[in-house]
Amino acid sequence: MAAYIAHYLVMVGIYSILALSLNLLIGYSGIFSLAHAALYGIGAYASAVAALKLGLGFWGGMLVAASVGALASSLVAIPSLRVAGDYYIVASFGLQMVILTVFVNWTDVTNGHAGLAGIPRPHAFGYAIDNPFKYVVLTLVIGALTYAICHRLTHSAFGRRLRAVRDDEIAALAIGKDVVRAKILIVTISSALGALAGSLYAHYITYINPSSFTLEESIFITSLVILGGTQRLAGPCVGAAILLAVPEALKFLSIPDTIAAPMRQILYGGLLIAFMFLRPEGILGSPHRKKPSAAIQ
Amino acid sequence: MNAPILTIEHVSKAFGGIQAVQDCTFDVMPGLITGLIGPNGAGKTTIFNLITGFLRADSGSIGLHGSELRGLPPHQVQAAGVIRTFQHLRLWGKMTVLENVLLGCRTPLGESVLTLFLRPGRVRTEEAAARERAMEVLEFFGLSARSAELAEDLAYPEQKLLSMARIFATDAQVLLLDEPTSGLDTDSLAKIVPMVRRLVERGKTVLLIEHNMELIAQLSDEVVFLHEGRVLARGKAEEITRDPALTEIYFGV
Repeated sequence: MAAYIAHYLVMVGIYSILALSLNLLIGYSGIFSLAHAALYGIGAYASAVAALKLGLGFWGGMLVAASVGALASSLVAIPSLRVAGDYYIVASFGLQMVILTVFVNWTDVTNGHAGLAGIPRPHAFGYAIDNPFKYVVLTLVIGALTYAICHRLTHSAFGRRLRAVRDDEIAALAIGKDVVRAKILIVTISSALGALAGSLYAHYITYINPSSFTLEESIFITSLVILGGTQRLAGPCVGAAILLAVPEALKFLSIPDTIAAPMRQILYGGLLIAFMFLRPEGILGSPHRKKPSAAIQ
Repeated sequence: MNAPILTIEHVSKAFGGIQAVQDCTFDVMPGLITGLIGPNGAGKTTIFNLITGFLRADSGSIGLHGSELRGLPPHQVQAAGVIRTFQHLRLWGKMTVLENVLLGCRTPLGESVLTLFLRPGRVRTEEAAARERAMEVLEFFGLSARSAELAEDLAYPEQKLLSMARIFATDAQVLLLDEPTSGLDTDSLAKIVPMVRRLVERGKTVLLIEHNMELIAQLSDEVVFLHEGRVLARGKAEEITRDPALTEIYFGV
């Protein structure tokens, strides 16, 4: 039971990093991305390949993962964020599909559907992180670091500029902010952090294949952010803790697997819709719906 | 008389078949308030958009202190020293009054990822200085008591003042005000009109769009009269507002 809880905590930590980094885009920049699972995957594959084929350690692999994630997203962000509007949703959707296809088909490196096995558990400061309990600590440290980075970014002139761009791009341009640069920068940072989560995942599960990094996964990460609330840093972490508990709770109901999987999807969908109506700002957001009269005034 | 600070020379802009601005030439003298007037569709806002880089002129030249602005993106025009307000204000409504003004203050260290993480001490000093400056600006505009409120919660005349405050907070020398008095009642006008004058006293140069002919003489030192994208007349405010031919075009009688 203790190992089971440790596993849950590790996964909450990994998904918190994913949701925190995605919220830099959705909540603080108003950029909607559907490629976060792909970047998570890039991080996982990059550090797995770094460990298995290049013999790089955990920390080196993380650095590679973050760099490759940042690079991949900036290739798409640089051309597409120059165009105003919601163009990036489509571009990121494309990025998600292309990267997943690469995972499946670049068999020399990724081993296709069969995936990569035998990814070593990390060593930190000469200390083997070889069981879920130790991994909880490692995840917590990296999660806290991510939180600190996001906090610094959002609670500063940098974050103020992002919110200005989010709320009124024209006004931000007029006051002298380089809007395109700000957007490309935050997409790159968000992707690097997302890839970090992938690295953490690969070294924890020790086996990865493309099915963990699909479009559905991207949507799942998005729902963590929306459910938890986009206006507070802690929101996405709360979202992760709750949505990851849902399938675990279903396990106790002794439902056959064939029913449990679709059940889970129905529950996620139902929760998202319920939140849109009842608490559009998420769990940590303001509990009150905006009254129509306030909008009319 | 000293040299003009902003020069618009032979500037033209067409939207498809419509010639919005045609061979426009005028200049703005430093330390004065220049009024840009003309009937609806005369091209006043288009000229603002051309100067500030939101639109690119088809031909001609826009100079600030002799350096070319045409072709620069808006944020670089601002860095060069020309900044604008909008007719529909475009305040950041969900941000506080203070934050709206802080966005006008220069905070290059806090906006750069590298210095944000590597030089926290200098970033803190910069932010404190920016906040102090923003509060001074709010004081100047009589808004310091409202600094913690959301911009959208201010009354309309205060929002107008805030839109001026946030561009005043920048280092820009030339302020382009798009209808600073529109939609205001007499009481609010009595606050805003002298405010425009005080901007000049603080060393700024103002180019403003104004619809109210009665206010023109009060507000501006010089007037540029636009009609169908061309400069029809230039001169002292009193001369232009008393010219019967121009008033006829303006009111369409």
